[in-house]
Amino acid sequence: MSQIGRLVAQRLALGLLTLFVVSLIIFLCIELLPGNLAQEILGQGATPETVAAFNRELGLDLPPHERYITWLLDMLQGDFGRSLASQREISELLAVRVQNTFFLAGVAAIIAIPLAVTLGILAALYRDSWYDRMVNVLTLTSISFPEFFVAYILIIVLAVNLGMFPSISNISDDLGFWEKVYRTALPALTLTLVCVAHMMRMTRAAIINLMASPYIEMARLKGLKPGRIILKHALPNALAPIINVVVLNLAYLVVGVVLVEVVFVYPGLGQLFVDSVSKRDIPVVQACSLIFAMTYVLLNLLADVLSIMSNPRLLHPR
Amino acid sequence: MTDATTDSQSRDKKGGIILDMHGLRIEGRSDEIWHEIVHGVNVTLRRGEVLGLIGESGAGKSTIGLAAMGFARDGCRISGGSIMFDGVDLAKASDDSLRQLRGSRIAYVAQSAAAAFNPAHRLIDQYCEAPVQHGIMPRSEAESDAIDLYHRLRLPEPESIGFRYPHQVSGGQLQRAMTAMAMACRPDLIVFDEPTTALDVTTQIEVLSAIRDIVRQFDTAAIYITHDLAVVSQMADRIMVLRHGNLIEEGETRGMIEDPQKEYTRDLLAVRTFRKELSDEPDAEIPLLRVQGVSAAYGKVPVLHNVSMDIHRRRTVAVVGESGSGKSTMARVITGLLPPSQGAVYYDGQPLAPSHRRRSKDDKRRLQMIYQMPDTAINPRQRVRSIIGRPLEFYLGMRGEDRDARIMQLLEMIELDPDEFIDRYPGELSGGQKQRICIARALAAEPELIICDEVTSALDQLVAEEILKLLQRLQDELGLAYMFITHDIATVRAVADEIVVMLQGEVVEHGPKAEVLSPPHHEYTELLLSSVPEMDPDWLDNLLVERSDQPA
Repeated sequence: MSQIGRLVAQRLALGLLTLFVVSLIIFLCIELLPGNLAQEILGQGATPETVAAFNRELGLDLPPHERYITWLLDMLQGDFGRSLASQREISELLAVRVQNTFFLAGVAAIIAIPLAVTLGILAALYRDSWYDRMVNVLTLTSISFPEFFVAYILIIVLAVNLGMFPSISNISDDLGFWEKVYRTALPALTLTLVCVAHMMRMTRAAIINLMASPYIEMARLKGLKPGRIILKHALPNALAPIINVVVLNLAYLVVGVVLVEVVFVYPGLGQLFVDSVSKRDIPVVQACSLIFAMTYVLLNLLADVLSIMSNPRLLHPR
Repeated sequence: MTDATTDSQSRDKKGGIILDMHGLRIEGRSDEIWHEIVHGVNVTLRRGEVLGLIGESGAGKSTIGLAAMGFARDGCRISGGSIMFDGVDLAKASDDSLRQLRGSRIAYVAQSAAAAFNPAHRLIDQYCEAPVQHGIMPRSEAESDAIDLYHRLRLPEPESIGFRYPHQVSGGQLQRAMTAMAMACRPDLIVFDEPTTALDVTTQIEVLSAIRDIVRQFDTAAIYITHDLAVVSQMADRIMVLRHGNLIEEGETRGMIEDPQKEYTRDLLAVRTFRKELSDEPDAEIPLLRVQGVSAAYGKVPVLHNVSMDIHRRRTVAVVGESGSGKSTMARVITGLLPPSQGAVYYDGQPLAPSHRRRSKDDKRRLQMIYQMPDTAINPRQRVRSIIGRPLEFYLGMRGEDRDARIMQLLEMIELDPDEFIDRYPGELSGGQKQRICIARALAAEPELIICDEVTSALDQLVAEEILKLLQRLQDELGLAYMFITHDIATVRAVADEIVVMLQGEVVEHGPKAEVLSPPHHEYTELLLSSVPEMDPDWLDNLLVERSDQPA
């Protein structure tokens, strides 16, 4: 087990390093953005004195490296600063949004992952049958459309024509759990349709890739049933690539939802991100970017660790 | 043990026919066209009988072995004939009824146990799968049965070995564990598909004797597939010689070995007769290559311990030992791929830089290598012209017509028709031809020493013999020195002037061939030499008796 512990610690350290580099890049990119914040906020009529006073108040007159270090240290203590637009604590602002985004991602993941893996296993089992072809064509079709297009189609069919779900997913904390799920249904379905193809095809390919290996031939020559061969003999050895693609898709569910959130007016991180960019609310943009980056890094870390754990050679050393 | 008496009894009273394949035809698909690869072969097998199928690669022996289970690999199909197994025609049986027979009444032992065991499950889980899934016995019974069989197959720690994962068990032990797995349902027939080909000779003996005993104990019929006539003569009651999907000759083992009827069988029997004429003793001059006190390690794992050896001009030094003894590591140190942690390599009296990066082009040119797998040693997307042309350009600066003329010359030296072969891709060559191209590529650099790393072990025996003869002729003509890395004693007998025996990273014996091969031997050399199967059906019996008489 010590070998695994070492590998995990290694990945963890690398993840922290990545996060640090990412924070630096975010900061530098925002430095490069054109326009003066004070001018933007105070408007055309601001006198040079008020601009200077504004900058001093926010610490914007300090050299960049000092501002970066202050920002980083504040971040490490959980202090994201205040929003320039609303003057509210950013952490307070983020808390609700992060929760909502993770809720949407969670609902989508709970539908998409089991669906994709099952479809993939079945496609591998009935390789080259009409079922296999149909699943391939359908999932490929759904991934080929941009997600906002899929979203509008779903709205037209399920919300406008059939009236099954609301077309605007306005959720808030005072709603009951199932009410929230109900209102989240359409965006979650959109996300599912977009990411199922990728996971399903990887599951199918990873399993089929192993079907030519000698231990699968051995399993067939032991007279085992095809379903058992796939589940018991192929799947455990195909886990690493499947885990990787599933976790990458999880990251997509959290990070890549901006468009979908906008279409459904869903009060998540993506919406906040877009609003903040248009309002030049730099501290909020920075905080959102960092959360997105952290999600990616942590989920990739998780994928690495799970892949390592699925390798019997590492799990059971000599 | 009363094995000897029960053996002879069981041999006499073979039962009725268990398997009767008649007019078996199998087709394989390549380039979208079906080609027949087995052309109407008849195989009959009685209960308790062991049938040897022998032939070179492409003879169709594995294909026939699998057909005995009603199985054809992807890209193959059984296209004609009948496969009667105990009254059922497997060629016509439904998938379901085939599945019920496989594993329970007909079992399979694959060539590479390391690849045929699922890395994700423990040995005993894989053992219990067939009996439990076929509904023959409950899990607990299967487990105790497994331990009993592990015991009979002389596996170490039979009570606990099954609870390990495949990667935690050595190759020879895995092969026996797989035999146990095949025995799990006490099948009527087991197909052994080259079960010892991937093993070292010393390990091969243990596996061979374990397999033979267990097959006799349970009176199981077996098809034993191999390319090694000496091995099959230890195992089989009857032998069928196959070539290109046709039966060449069939007969009782003893009769076949003593009096083969067909030319091809005689060729197979004669492969181990090639001997190099001994060359003169080396002059007292400086050796061409001197390895002095070399130790080397991969990371923290030490592989070589204080190894020394000399190679003189025009001499062949054979380095023998089991896998893991450090033979190939030695080649990596000499070529500079692995700088040694201690000691040095001298070429013509001058020290060579430890790392190949710091060696001059000329140092590299004089020392060339030929590898075990010609398939992976040459770029499949280059024509023969560029494969051989590259070293001519790189080392000797040849261009254009000079270069092409030299390529032609080299192809003639390796006995391939230049006009026919110069523009071929490796995919259009046979295994032996590819190895010849590798030889030509090494020769192109005009080397003085060639390191041959297991150059014949991936080839069929007849082809291997041709390659050895070619290398010998080239040595005589060009005055090359060879370092010949091999685990095959027959090859050593054929080509060596001097022998270096390695064990666990150390040289245990070193000297001229005659000296090393004649007694008294170092203990390990003795073990290695005596483990090489001979063309004598009684060899294994005699050897086991001999070894059991000696105190371990």
